Amino acid sequence: MLAVDGVSKRFGGLMAVDSATLSLEPGGIIGLIGPNGAGKTTLFSMISGFIAPTDGRIRFEGTDITAEEPHRRAERGIGRTFQIVQPFAGLTVCENIAVGAYLRHAKRADAIAKAREVARRVGLGPELDRPAGGLTVAGRKRLELARALATEPKLLLLDEVLAGLNPSEIRDIIPVIRGIRDEGVTILMIEHVMQAVMNLCERVYVLAQGRMIAEGPPAAVCADARVIEAYLGHGAAARLKAEGAAHG
Amino acid sequence: MYSPQIILEAALNGLMTGAVYALIALGLTLIYGVLHIINFAHGALLTCAMFAVWGAWAGLGIDPYLVILPLVPLMFALGYGLQRFVVGPASHGDDGNILLVTLGLSIVLENVLLALFQSDTRTLDTDYSFQVVALGPLLLSYPRVIGLGMAVVVTGLLWLVLNRTDTGKAIRAVAKEKLGANLVGIDVPHIYAVTFGLGCACLAVAAGLLMPTFYVNPRIGGAFVLVAFTVVVLGGMGSIPGALLGGLFIGVVESLCGLLLGDSLGQIGIFLIFIAVLLVRPTGLFGAKA
Amino acid sequence: MTARDLIPIAVLTILAALLPLVVTSSTVLNFLVFTLIVSLGAQGWNILGGFGGQFSFGHAAFFGTGAYVTAILQLRYGVNAWAGLALATAAGALVGWVIGFLSFRSGLRGSYFALVTLAFAEVFRILANAASFTGGAAGLLIKLDVRPANLQFDDRAVFYWLVLAFVAATLLLTRWIQRSRFGAQLVAVRENEDAAKALGVDSLKVKLRAIALSGGVTALSGCLYAQYFLYIDANIAYGSWISVELLLAPIIGGVGTVFGPVVGALTLHGLGEVAKQFAGRIPGIDLIVFGGVLVLAVAFARGGILGLLERLRDRGRGMVARGTKEVSHAGR
Repeated sequence: MLAVDGVSKRFGGLMAVDSATLSLEPGGIIGLIGPNGAGKTTLFSMISGFIAPTDGRIRFEGTDITAEEPHRRAERGIGRTFQIVQPFAGLTVCENIAVGAYLRHAKRADAIAKAREVARRVGLGPELDRPAGGLTVAGRKRLELARALATEPKLLLLDEVLAGLNPSEIRDIIPVIRGIRDEGVTILMIEHVMQAVMNLCERVYVLAQGRMIAEGPPAAVCADARVIEAYLGHGAAARLKAEGAAHG
Repeated sequence: MYSPQIILEAALNGLMTGAVYALIALGLTLIYGVLHIINFAHGALLTCAMFAVWGAWAGLGIDPYLVILPLVPLMFALGYGLQRFVVGPASHGDDGNILLVTLGLSIVLENVLLALFQSDTRTLDTDYSFQVVALGPLLLSYPRVIGLGMAVVVTGLLWLVLNRTDTGKAIRAVAKEKLGANLVGIDVPHIYAVTFGLGCACLAVAAGLLMPTFYVNPRIGGAFVLVAFTVVVLGGMGSIPGALLGGLFIGVVESLCGLLLGDSLGQIGIFLIFIAVLLVRPTGLFGAKA
Repeated sequence: MTARDLIPIAVLTILAALLPLVVTSSTVLNFLVFTLIVSLGAQGWNILGGFGGQFSFGHAAFFGTGAYVTAILQLRYGVNAWAGLALATAAGALVGWVIGFLSFRSGLRGSYFALVTLAFAEVFRILANAASFTGGAAGLLIKLDVRPANLQFDDRAVFYWLVLAFVAATLLLTRWIQRSRFGAQLVAVRENEDAAKALGVDSLKVKLRAIALSGGVTALSGCLYAQYFLYIDANIAYGSWISVELLLAPIIGGVGTVFGPVVGALTLHGLGEVAKQFAGRIPGIDLIVFGGVLVLAVAFARGGILGLLERLRDRGRGMVARGTKEVSHAGR
């Protein structure tokens, strides 16, 4: 469904993403993890069309979309949430979501109906007519999710949707994400909350310093020496192994 | 078509006009560089300064060059007060608001001047208003040569203030990183007001240099401010050397356009450059962030 | 649109239409016609500035285009005044689209956009002042030939009703925008362009549509000005005075609302007349008041008059809610 092929991004002297390759089949939840500053959001921005890659190609459902504008990609079915959540100020929750719904529904009545339906699915039903600015952090995250869902995406890019949520809020939103997957939307999520990654993702890609260093089921990836070193530093894998043996 | 001498003379005249544009633009670019606001009241403030110069000459017989000395601190105080007590508080820190507040200020100032002085054009005469300086075969207006020299001097002084004084360092700090500057104890509203005051002080000098060879009426500031914007955008928002070089360049362009296209179209070259720069490279030649 | 949308507009329009039957003073009618023309132009500004969030400081570029196009078509090409009206509106929309294309393609927004619109208006002014095609510095006089076919009327009231009709139509247009997909997308782009793009909004197309509509409506108001006063020159048509009027009215009345521009224009001009009554000897007193009101509005009433009214209404509701709570508590 999505084929990211040797994509790189150079900012002046800094290589933010270096020949990243990624491929997704329809269905399922795939994780994109890595230490801070690894280039994950940059990669997302390139997949969703906000940044142009310096190198490489991006294909969606067989078509090369590397040069396409973000709104065209949304039309194709790529939805995206942002790390820093900003609702459309001054509009109600319903109106916020309706902006997304308008992509597929030209008439106001249809868009509002779709918005209400999506809101209920993510649990924002009671908040629908409140101003979006009054939502809590958890509410805003759900709003971000709802807005993207309203565009009826085939692929949903979630950028740290769990960041800033406390454990009970995380626990509440995980079934919502699963529900989205169950309806047939493919999800690619950037996440730092490991518990959620283990819980939700069937497969995980690891990005460190701009390079893909590992790929596979979450449990295997987390045991991978290179991944441990990326997070904990050079030699950490060996040290952990030695400590494990010592306590053995 | 035109003899090289005429073209050279037009270019040199342009350079001298440009020097005054540069002085006006200096204040504007400084205010933008630090406060990140486009001061739409800049033209009206210039008109105020010019009327002050004229008034001092008409009422008290003070020579325009001399009046610069007391006018600079006066304009500084005016600018400080306006930023501290009007623009700052009214805008609640929002950029869109500041645009509107400075616009409102300019409307008020311009029309107060209209009420006080009517719409008549005033000029002043000094002994040296028509003196000329010979440069080879060319005759250049003495007051305007002085203007060119003063522009360079003031630019240099401003650079010194910004780079060698503590206040200057504070100003640069606030320009770069307001929050950080706040956290290390710099009084940001005070620095904002000082910067605005400095911008207005530059206008005082420009007014004193303009009056011997120019005229003033309540609308004159508006004409200058558009040119000043062009200079600032061309030279780069927030760049002092950019304002000087940009001003000189624009002055020459205007002069040559006036020569080639006639006076009524002379200014059009400036605005076309303005539009072109905004569309192609809004950060200008030396500017930092857009 | 539902009846709920149409009723306030219809009621106010009917009330306004009855005015000339009650008021016969030509000075007052003059004032009303001029104020309505400014309201119309301000409604145009509001589409781009209020809903689109792009503050133009050079809307004179459209006003003047409307005025000059209709004047030149009538004077030099013998085009009928009504056709001239339609063509002038189209010309304004086209100019809007071009300026928008140049500016938005380059990513200009905020202060930079304000500056570039100012520059465009100035360029037009200088050109109109210099070219003989536009009458140069002497301006253009539309030939006085009072016949309805020429859009010139014996009775001032008829012109008033004509402008009122256009204002009402634009109120309906604005209300439609508010409730449409275009309007929702426009507001989304205003609030957060990137988020809007991620939701499939073609932000460039939306902004271009907004500026074309804005230019067209404002050009229409310029054309009506020319038809009413029968004389224009570069400073009247493209001068900064009209740019300022067209942005002041919506901001004072309530930016981004349907009635804001009209409320603002009436308020400003009303205040101006009052100021002139009390201090008429001071030239420019009305403008001093305008500038002061602008600063005060920004400082204390960002949503304009309509915003203030809404805040008062909410506070009133809050008081009522607290009141009923107290009553019900007291009953326990």
